[in-house]
Amino acid sequence: MCPVDGGFAGPHYDRRTVSASGVPAPGKVPSDRIRNFSIISHVDHGKSTLSDRILELTGAVDPRLMREQYLDSMDIERERGITIKAQNVRVVYRDHILHLIDTPGHVDFGYEVSRSLAACEGAVLLVDASQGIQAQTLANGYQAIEHDLEIVAVLNKIDLPAADPDRCAKEIEQVLGIGAGEILRISAKTGEGVAELLDAIVERIPAPRGDRSAPLRALIFDSAYDQYRGVVSSVRVVDGVLGTRSRLRFMQAGAVHDVEEIGVRAPDPTKADELGPGEVGYLIAGIKNVGEARSGETVTDASAPAGEPLAGYRDPKPMVFCGLYPIDGDELPELRDALDKLKLNDASFTYEPESSHALGFGFRCGFLGLLHMEIIRERLEREFDLSLIATAPSVEYRAYLTDGIVVEVDNPTDLPDASRIDHVDEPLLTATILTPSEYTGTVMELCQSRRADMQRMEYLSPERMELVYTIPLAEVVVDFFDQLKSRTKGYASLDYEPSGYATANLARVDLLINHVPVDAFSTIVHRSQADVYGRRMAEKLRELIPRQLFDVPIQAAVGGRVVARETVKARRKDVLAKCYGGDITRKRKLLERQKEGKKRMKSIGRVEVPQEAFISALRLED
Amino acid sequence: MTFGVYVHVPFCRHRCDYCAFATTTDLDPLMGRYVDACIAELEAAVEGGELDAATSVFFGGGTPSRLPPDALARILESVPRTRDAEVTVECNPEDASPERLAAYRSSGVTRMSFGVQSTVPHVLAALGRRHRPESVPRALGAAASAGFDRVNVDLIYGAAGETDDDWERTLHDVLSFAGAPGHVSAYALTVEPGTPLAADPARHPDDDVQAARYERTDAVLTAAGYRWEEISNWALPGHGCRHNQLYWRQGEYVGIGSAAHSHRAGRRWWNVRTLERYIAAVDAGRRPTASEELVQGERRALERLMLSLRTPAGVPAGALPDVDALVTDGLVEREGERAVLTVRGRLLANALSALLRADGPSPSGAVGRARYPALP
Ligand SMILES: Nc1nc2c(ncn2[C@@H]2O[C@H](COP(=O)(O)OP(=O)(O)OP(=O)(O)O)[C@@H](O)[C@H]2O)c(=O)[nH]1
Ligand code: SF4
Ligand SMILES: [Mg+2]
Repeated sequence: MCPVDGGFAGPHYDRRTVSASGVPAPGKVPSDRIRNFSIISHVDHGKSTLSDRILELTGAVDPRLMREQYLDSMDIERERGITIKAQNVRVVYRDHILHLIDTPGHVDFGYEVSRSLAACEGAVLLVDASQGIQAQTLANGYQAIEHDLEIVAVLNKIDLPAADPDRCAKEIEQVLGIGAGEILRISAKTGEGVAELLDAIVERIPAPRGDRSAPLRALIFDSAYDQYRGVVSSVRVVDGVLGTRSRLRFMQAGAVHDVEEIGVRAPDPTKADELGPGEVGYLIAGIKNVGEARSGETVTDASAPAGEPLAGYRDPKPMVFCGLYPIDGDELPELRDALDKLKLNDASFTYEPESSHALGFGFRCGFLGLLHMEIIRERLEREFDLSLIATAPSVEYRAYLTDGIVVEVDNPTDLPDASRIDHVDEPLLTATILTPSEYTGTVMELCQSRRADMQRMEYLSPERMELVYTIPLAEVVVDFFDQLKSRTKGYASLDYEPSGYATANLARVDLLINHVPVDAFSTIVHRSQADVYGRRMAEKLRELIPRQLFDVPIQAAVGGRVVARETVKARRKDVLAKCYGGDITRKRKLLERQKEGKKRMKSIGRVEVPQEAFISALRLED
Repeated sequence: MTFGVYVHVPFCRHRCDYCAFATTTDLDPLMGRYVDACIAELEAAVEGGELDAATSVFFGGGTPSRLPPDALARILESVPRTRDAEVTVECNPEDASPERLAAYRSSGVTRMSFGVQSTVPHVLAALGRRHRPESVPRALGAAASAGFDRVNVDLIYGAAGETDDDWERTLHDVLSFAGAPGHVSAYALTVEPGTPLAADPARHPDDDVQAARYERTDAVLTAAGYRWEEISNWALPGHGCRHNQLYWRQGEYVGIGSAAHSHRAGRRWWNVRTLERYIAAVDAGRRPTASEELVQGERRALERLMLSLRTPAGVPAGALPDVDALVTDGLVEREGERAVLTVRGRLLANALSALLRADGPSPSGAVGRARYPALP
């Protein structure tokens, strides 16, 4: 995919022909010469680095243009050293066409993995030999098994002194049932073993079995918006031939589009006339909105349509919500525009207008997880030059009212009055934690303090424990992952998936500044934690709110009962500088600056709170 | 009509370590050329019809008493002024010899302003001031003997190591010396960026401590019969400083010399800051103006409110939003249709100024025009 302002048609666009000597051009490749696979693993186990080596070894990228994690093309990916979007590439190896998909490892982007797997016959499951099996190794490995894919297990980073490939191989054998003898050993860093891995891919992963003469059926497994070309979709042809002259019917959307361009990514976009069964490439069909070319869509020939669409997949649902507000209220239209644009590329987040007494107008946005939230926010600020305030992340509660109505509440201030509520349900997760067995105790303690119910606990190997919990999502949203990491020296890993709702004893904590409730600070927490939370927030606000012209009481209230009170003492003095030589200008400018500064303040009643105080108070870490 | 002339004298013996004013310590050899330049600037202004007869003249600095008295007299001669003009000279107490004061007197100076700061030796040392405390009563006595009945002393509170008692002692000393001043300016020590003081946070004054000293200052001076003229200025009845009042009433004045500011009819301009550039400009026959701004319309009205709020004249009550809440908070008092700062309010004058609105609802019509007491 391409970042919003990225260069699908930009400077990297290179229209060299693919049909180099001996290699069949796209559309003409016999299925038995094709291998389609995803590279999957836990975060940071080396998928993108392995992709680099494959690009080099197959000569797909000019060595002079090579850079680390070549496929991580977004700025934010490069800066953070993580993959956010899956990327597919076509390379040639030993007269075979290999389509590889580099996937993200982070749990928030798990849906990218499942989409990628749907376009493949095999998966390279990478395991860092110095770390062994981690939570996403299992989660992604199981997904590959569910998709019935051929798994090529690979131990990576064998160059590291801490690598223990023998132990890791045994572990993989025990846990995933892949024979230790079949597990390859490579270093994606040095390139050692990568050629052998490619050989194994060619030998072990089945060729696609498509029917060239059947009606066209192609799966869209990713769509991105390019400002020059419109929607560019990644497609995997299953049956038939996708040609430039086709009129296409998008079976789920029920729309018909003409093909504008098809091609392959090698990795630069390279035009092609056709894509045959089993081939992976891109499709541009004059579509302006990714919603019309959703992942999971089946594309067929409008003049000779297939009977049945391919099995699609459901879009992931947002799990974490927060309000995003422009610091400068005048930037609201820009924020809306930016959200619209980002949405073109990332159908997985949601947004709808909301307003806050304290923060003005903004949007309530839904994300797949905290990292996703952080990334969208950072992209809004960076790529669109916006300054934003984000409210504390919340989950979506279901309030069952006494009159039988059920309200979904993704913003704590929307929780109806306690007297109208019969009970409130909160979303749960099934969380899988893998930890070195010596940390089992501390992990269990953490989980218990977060209202988690243990479902299962099992030794994966003598050194590694798997713990499965049902835990409220709201508890995971508040620094659970950081706590888990810090309690286990970084060794534990976490994977989770939604697992329904359960009734809980929840309370809304409100914060009042000078007796005025500030909606942006309202939070829903478990009743047992409400007082502590209220006290902590009141203290924090006392530190953050600058002294005013009068004493300012700060209160935390749980259901109308004040549980904490702090006071910001009145300011006593301004600068009383001498006015020298009739320099009134300096004084007036100071006044004008102060007046200007007030614009960056939010008024809560008579209290002026700088934006920075909101930002710090709403920051969740401390 | 009132009209002021300010003359800047940018020479000091050494630089006090809290000072960020436009002054120099090593350019005394340029004094003669500087004086000539000031006179040239004055003459050009007179020729250009830019000077009305001054009702007040103020020699500020810097340290005007660094100038030989005859040099100062030559400048003063070039200033067209009314017969009863107030003419103030800022003076270092150490410089206040009977001869110098007599010379000032005979050249038309009517008012002396002494840079006393403190009468407590360790406080003076902490401020980096080098005069000895004994010079203060001597200067006050000499001024009285020379016939000056209008005298100001400048004081500073909040130096490192200054206690509440030290400050109290300074106040009482100043009031009890023979020839006690009819006007007192007491400033809170302010940390100006770029000064040695700024670089030494351990010596930075504490706001709450300074606020308490301010309140004490007001109490002591009020008890002694002084009345506040402006936030940092107090005077016995009849001893107000006409020149300073001009500033607070948005009056008109022309500044002569480097870094001097001028105001006429909503145009504010100021001269180049360094004295070398000032001399060079005047010698080359150019105006030494560095920059100017027009302060018109709402801005001008706001400026007028801001200045007036700093004085017992206060502002029309409608110019402050929520004025009743401010009264409840003890920051302003209602005096008829006007709102006037309390002692606590004066300490927060900047913050309160930022609330002012020139277009706000005013129970008695337009703000900032007829409601103002006429200028004397
Ligand atoms: N020593 C060593 N380091 C490696 C090897 N392979 C990858 N790394 C390093 O491991 C880190 C993560 O590598 P990536 O290739 O970005 O990992 P990834 O699996 O793509 O990460 P995500 O996309 O975020 O899940 C980088 O610092 C790499 O340089 C290896 O074989 N040996
Ligand atoms: S005497 Fe006044 S102008 Fe001169 S250095 Fe000291 S504070 Fe600054
Ligand atoms: Mg990666």
